[in-house]
Amino acid sequence: MSTDTTTPDATERTRALLTTAEPRRRRTDRIMTVLIWGAFVLAMVPLVSLLWTVLFNGAGRISIEFLTYSMRGIFGGDPSGGIYHAVAGTLIITGWATVISVPVGLLVAIYLVEYGRGPLARSVTFFVDVMTGIPSIVAGLFAVSLFTIFFGPGARFGLMGAVALSVLMIPVVVRSCEEMLKLVPNELREASYALGVPKWLTIVRVVLRTSVAGLTTGVLLAVARVIGETAPLLVAVGVTDSINFDAFDGRMMTLPVFIYRQYSQGLATCRDGQADCVADIALQNAWGAALTLIAIVMLLNVVGRLVNRWFAPKLR
Amino acid sequence: MTTTDSPPAVPAPAPARPRRRRSTGDTERGFSRTFRWITTGAGALILATLAAVALFLVARAFPAVTASPTELADAVPRYPDDTSFIAYVGPLVFGTLLAAVLALLLATPVAMGIALFISHYAPRRLAQVLGYLVDLLAAIPSVVYGLWGIAVLAPAAAPVWGWLNDYLGWFPLFAGEASPTARTLATVAVVLAVMILPIITAVSREVFLQTPRLHEEAALALGATRWEMVRTAVLPFGRSGVISAAMLGLGRALGETMAVLMILSPGFLYSFKVFQAAQHQTIAAYIALDFPEASGLAVNALIATGLALFVITLAVNMAARAVVARRKDFSGAN
Amino acid sequence: MAQRIDVKDVNIYYGDFLAVEGVTMTIDPRSVTAFIGPSGCGKSTFLRTLNRMHEVIPGARVDGSVELEGVDLYGDDVDPVAVRRTVGMVFQRPNPFPTMSIRDNVLAGVKLNNRRISKSDADDLVESSLRGANLWNEVKDRLDRPGSGLSGGQQQRLCIARAIAVKPQVLLMDEPCSALDPISTLAIEDLIQELKKEYTIVIVTHNMQQAARVSDRTAFFNIAGTGKPGRLIEMNDTATIFSSPAEKATEDYVSGRFG
Repeated sequence: MSTDTTTPDATERTRALLTTAEPRRRRTDRIMTVLIWGAFVLAMVPLVSLLWTVLFNGAGRISIEFLTYSMRGIFGGDPSGGIYHAVAGTLIITGWATVISVPVGLLVAIYLVEYGRGPLARSVTFFVDVMTGIPSIVAGLFAVSLFTIFFGPGARFGLMGAVALSVLMIPVVVRSCEEMLKLVPNELREASYALGVPKWLTIVRVVLRTSVAGLTTGVLLAVARVIGETAPLLVAVGVTDSINFDAFDGRMMTLPVFIYRQYSQGLATCRDGQADCVADIALQNAWGAALTLIAIVMLLNVVGRLVNRWFAPKLR
Repeated sequence: MTTTDSPPAVPAPAPARPRRRRSTGDTERGFSRTFRWITTGAGALILATLAAVALFLVARAFPAVTASPTELADAVPRYPDDTSFIAYVGPLVFGTLLAAVLALLLATPVAMGIALFISHYAPRRLAQVLGYLVDLLAAIPSVVYGLWGIAVLAPAAAPVWGWLNDYLGWFPLFAGEASPTARTLATVAVVLAVMILPIITAVSREVFLQTPRLHEEAALALGATRWEMVRTAVLPFGRSGVISAAMLGLGRALGETMAVLMILSPGFLYSFKVFQAAQHQTIAAYIALDFPEASGLAVNALIATGLALFVITLAVNMAARAVVARRKDFSGAN
Repeated sequence: MAQRIDVKDVNIYYGDFLAVEGVTMTIDPRSVTAFIGPSGCGKSTFLRTLNRMHEVIPGARVDGSVELEGVDLYGDDVDPVAVRRTVGMVFQRPNPFPTMSIRDNVLAGVKLNNRRISKSDADDLVESSLRGANLWNEVKDRLDRPGSGLSGGQQQRLCIARAIAVKPQVLLMDEPCSALDPISTLAIEDLIQELKKEYTIVIVTHNMQQAARVSDRTAFFNIAGTGKPGRLIEMNDTATIFSSPAEKATEDYVSGRFG
């Protein structure tokens, strides 16, 4: 029906209009698309390379013995011993850090979401953000400065590391808990008030109950974040080759510090024909511990995200 | 809240005293009140902690700052003779800033690319998963980055640095003598760049995703290609967000310890030769290297350098957060 | 030069969901065509297929043909970017770029197409476009101020100026007055009457009085129920649609019995 009013001439002009490929613009668009895809691919190169290297170098060292023995009395190129003391230390110190950080972080988050107004709340929000940027080594120095006042200049024990980690962990916990609490719709709070439930019970029974999955995720991700911290523990907890379960007394080994120490030992000198001597055993230990550490971190990340996906109530 | 100061018998609370609490306060009795104080106390604890960090560092740094050069030279390993404390910290601050700025220059363009990729280019269903992959980079402990940097990156980078040094050696950064092991600031900067990619990406991605759909459609309806749409609508909208993201990344790079400690062959010079070994050192790595063995005045000196690092990162982070906060006021307008 | 649009058997899908089914219509040049119908009947979606803006919505796709002067907009050799330049669009809510001045907003589309435009040409274009949008007198003294500082009605006219600065053939308007007050609405309606001398105009509106006031022809869309596709019920001269529509549903709608 269009043929009687549309002249071939007009059609041609329109076709020219609609198909004008402006090569320069199109090229720019293509180039930018390639660059932007390229940026992503570029970022994946170190990730893949790193995970592969750790897996490749670390898998051979992992064994039951490696995971269940400490390094006590192991010297030189002796290929026995393991990371049990470091794993235990990491779990204990991170556990204490969690015990300190979660209540504080959660209460601060509750304060910011449920009560916070005015200058105090504004400065808390601001300084929580600023705290996320504290260098980890500075957190370690802080813990040392604090505890050596009470326990003398040589004091090094697990709880000092836990305090240092808490300084790093609290802001992360606050941030993620705050996000989760904000997701709880106001209607739920109002419904609870309308039933005559006092505010604190509303917060505990309704708000926290509704967001518990999200809070768990936030905490697990925060733990994953600090469990790999090395510098503050190196400074505040020191090193040892033995198992120490007591966070209040004596130095402790942790996985990240173990990796660093083994790495800095370098090659062992083996005499010719010496049995049970592997020259690069320290490096192998470092890679094995790195694989273990990454496995723990990944596990925390995956579990954290799954918790939220499986248990989060449907709010909308 | 007013139970204590308004007797219930009085029918009309005559002198309308300025109410300090909002209306919700009226229903707060018993434990609710205590609960409010507990949470407020937790909030105040944050401020107290930060103040304590600053205070303790200052207190412990003080003896080193006031000590004479001779005392310091006796107590602190690697302390050059006849140097004031400032002159001693100077090269460390320089090395720290140079490494962090180089890392930032490398990371920001790539991070913006990734952020745009996830927000506007990647297939929608994949975008979230790909975002997780980038976040994984943030989950890897820094000590593992250190191992990787030494075992994989440095050997791979050495020929590249050598080539740049041979052919572009006239450029001040590429001058000097390229180290064959590549345990240099250039390699450190690349590792730091990888480590700060996720944070810059995450913040930029958030602001890019917030670009109002209306503006994107306005650009497209004017006949913009996708890149032109990004340039006219997305980038101007996200500019301040990207700036603050970059500054957050800078803060991270400044404080990063282990990767630098493990990779860099240290020196104490004001040098721009990023391919040459034994030229630079960063504050964080310096502390981590010497602290476990330090005692007496050396501890104070190390804490004083830590204080310098704390002040620098605090300034950078506060500036970044201020930019973000100002941006929030802005975006409400439209 | 305004152009005619021929639509044949267009179906629009969101993923597997058929949103609009079997639309065939002709839109005359230099006239105003109004699309009316209840919410969710697909009239806005259909409008977007006329300049391929629906492709911005994930999962949306179209079959059938949309011809501009006999050229299929969905042909293989057609550039969607060129389509949108030829068929301009004005949105429901005014959306000037907040980071640009009034002047830069008007020039936004032109700068994309031809970066080297001389200052005097640019000035002329800004003036003619703003005059075309009946906005020149109100903003000529503050061209360098941000566009977001204008009132809602002024912003919408700025968006129209921005759209016509690219010199399109067709102008699509998606409920351009729904976010505006009555006075601004009248200003836009007057402007539409001016613009139809040069452009083919298609306007989606919820306001039946507005359709009656501004349009020459009216198309009524309806939907049989939720989950069913929207359809074109009838299309005719506006006077006919509002006085003696052929379909019962149209009569019910225009007389205010539902919708």
